[in-house]
Amino acid sequence: MRFELDDDQQAIQRTAKEFLASRYPAEEVRRLALEDDRGFTDEGWRAIAELGWPALVIGEADGGLGLGVVELAVLQEQLGYALAPTPLLSTIAAALAISAAGDDEQRAQWLPGLAEGERRGTIAPLPPADGLEADAHALTARLEAVPDAVDADLLIVPTGHDDLAVVELGGDGVTVEQVDGLDPTRRLSTVTLDGAPSTPLRAPDGAALARARNVIAVALAAESVGVAQRAMEMAVEHARDRQQFGRPIGVFQAVSHPCAQMLLEVEGARSAVMFAAWALDDSPEEAPLAAAMAKAYASDAGWRVPAAALQVLGGIGFTWEHELHFWLKRGRANAAAWGDARSHRSRVADLLDL
Amino acid sequence: MDLTPTPQEQAFRDELRGWLAANHPGPEPEGDVAGFEFRRAWQRRLHDDDWAGVSWPKEYGGRGATLVEQAIYNEELARAQAPSTANVLGLAMGGPTVIAHGTEEQKRRYLEPILSADEIWCQGFSEPEAGSDLASLKTRAVRDGDEWVVTGQKVWTTLAHHAKWCMLVARTDPDAPRHKGLTYFLMDMEQDAVQVRPLRQITGEAEFNELFIEEARIPAENIVGGEGNGWAVAITTLMHERATLAFGLQIRVKITLGELLAEARESGAAADPVIRDRLAQLYIESEVLRLNALRGLSAIMRTGVPGPEGSLGKWQWADVNQALTELAVELRGGRAVLDDDRWTYRFLRARANSIEGGTTEILKNIVAERVLGLPRMR
Repeated sequence: MRFELDDDQQAIQRTAKEFLASRYPAEEVRRLALEDDRGFTDEGWRAIAELGWPALVIGEADGGLGLGVVELAVLQEQLGYALAPTPLLSTIAAALAISAAGDDEQRAQWLPGLAEGERRGTIAPLPPADGLEADAHALTARLEAVPDAVDADLLIVPTGHDDLAVVELGGDGVTVEQVDGLDPTRRLSTVTLDGAPSTPLRAPDGAALARARNVIAVALAAESVGVAQRAMEMAVEHARDRQQFGRPIGVFQAVSHPCAQMLLEVEGARSAVMFAAWALDDSPEEAPLAAAMAKAYASDAGWRVPAAALQVLGGIGFTWEHELHFWLKRGRANAAAWGDARSHRSRVADLLDL
Repeated sequence: MDLTPTPQEQAFRDELRGWLAANHPGPEPEGDVAGFEFRRAWQRRLHDDDWAGVSWPKEYGGRGATLVEQAIYNEELARAQAPSTANVLGLAMGGPTVIAHGTEEQKRRYLEPILSADEIWCQGFSEPEAGSDLASLKTRAVRDGDEWVVTGQKVWTTLAHHAKWCMLVARTDPDAPRHKGLTYFLMDMEQDAVQVRPLRQITGEAEFNELFIEEARIPAENIVGGEGNGWAVAITTLMHERATLAFGLQIRVKITLGELLAEARESGAAADPVIRDRLAQLYIESEVLRLNALRGLSAIMRTGVPGPEGSLGKWQWADVNQALTELAVELRGGRAVLDDDRWTYRFLRARANSIEGGTTEILKNIVAERVLGLPRMR
């Protein structure tokens, strides 16, 4: 029984940390978030594809690396720490959905391209704004807050309880319009489908889909751990350096104790997330409860820690010029995505027979 | 990362579970004396089959268990609702400190009677004017030939009225800087120069005592870790307290929470969406406590000694246990004015959780300074 990462997992962590630190320093995050049309570059995407990250959790039979949720969580934490703007998680989420609900032919059709990074995908996260018209081959719907849809190739649309359809975003009857989001490092769009050609995924499996949803929620929770870790480090650095009343402000308990509270929340979130990731890989019976706990706890920590860090930074933390706000915004957006803390606590209560 | 027990760990769990099923002595009798003798008998039974000091080296009567096995041990004892042992402080703090800092003679002399509960231990650290600021303690020890003569006052001394040995920190060099002039002694409690007075607490019980020490004599050979080295030795004791006890405590939280969840289901309180949300949050926090403790074991395995991370667990445990008992009392509604329910006692007792064994404020200082590397307050 051991909690620490094995050698391969540590190698993924190290590679991700070094790559992201060199590719995505805070100035580059800011530039992509505020100046780039899509919020990411083709060159950046190719580099990520070459590292094999889009292939990470896609099965080997489907052209992926077949690694586990622990490996995904390790990577996601680093992506949140760096706040690298990339459509990676959306593409992984689309691949998880196709893996869980596509038949052999559909998996062969789409998954290798997603694994290679030749194509990108995303999932519509909210129910259609004005209902949905679906027949076997076409969809009409207005889908809001779809992440990373600009220049993506595939869109997964939930069409029923366990039913999903795939829409080729480059096809007829599809309009993708970027909208302002809380978090400028993960772009959102309204996708309007007007009789857009679509293909239902033909082998939906309720248990597999429930697992896929949990994997995505835990991946997002892992990202929030990295977000909170980085915000905490900014606060601690500031508390060491900033002098007021002739001393570093970190000597005052009104400052140092909130920093200690940040560590409590970051470490707690990390424990909950890594346990959930392990359970999704190796202990399926524990996984639904573990995933709900992880997303609930990390949702809260993911924005509360940056918010507390902002208070430690004082006025500078409230400026556009300081980079902290990007982490606060990602943390808050993540808290709302794939089930907020309250809805996951409600799942925890259900699973405890409350 | 692999949280599946190894075959060896599983075998350890199975053996212990079987042993507990065969040897559990049933519920503890009422009353201080009867209760204490019951716990002493229980500890002897554990010791007879080498289950008293599982983490201690085999040569000193332990089992040489790994930290994971130690965690399993605490889990299983809590799960079986096994009684407490009589010599809690000797087992969790005194023994590990002697093992870490004692001489070979001291290990031979003190460890076996700790395990068998023949000699009960208490802890003489805090003083009326040295609580969180422990290094300011005033109890002084003056050398007189082969002995030291000790005078001073100690407080919050759990088990003092049963104890044979006191882990006593006293000032041996009044001219040295505060942390430097301290020495860690093992003081024989069975002498007239040591007077024990019970301290009644807000629950009405007297778990704690005051010690009045008037020229008590301690042989020089009873120093642990060397003269003037008392602070470092005391820190070992405190870190063991936080690390080892934390593991058992988090399981007790889960058991108590289990009772609250059952009551809330029964009474229908869990149907209220606000209560439901709070119960779920408590459950999540109790799980986080468990998982942090498990993760913390890795740190201890790497370094060999408990680190300041244990402070995080003790602080969090206090938060969770207090929140849990507060909600339980709240759920009693108007009946909470009565004192006819175990939650009333638990609510009151939990107020000490954020004070005993290091206040939450001190633990936050430790986390801020020693884990986060923030500048020291002093």
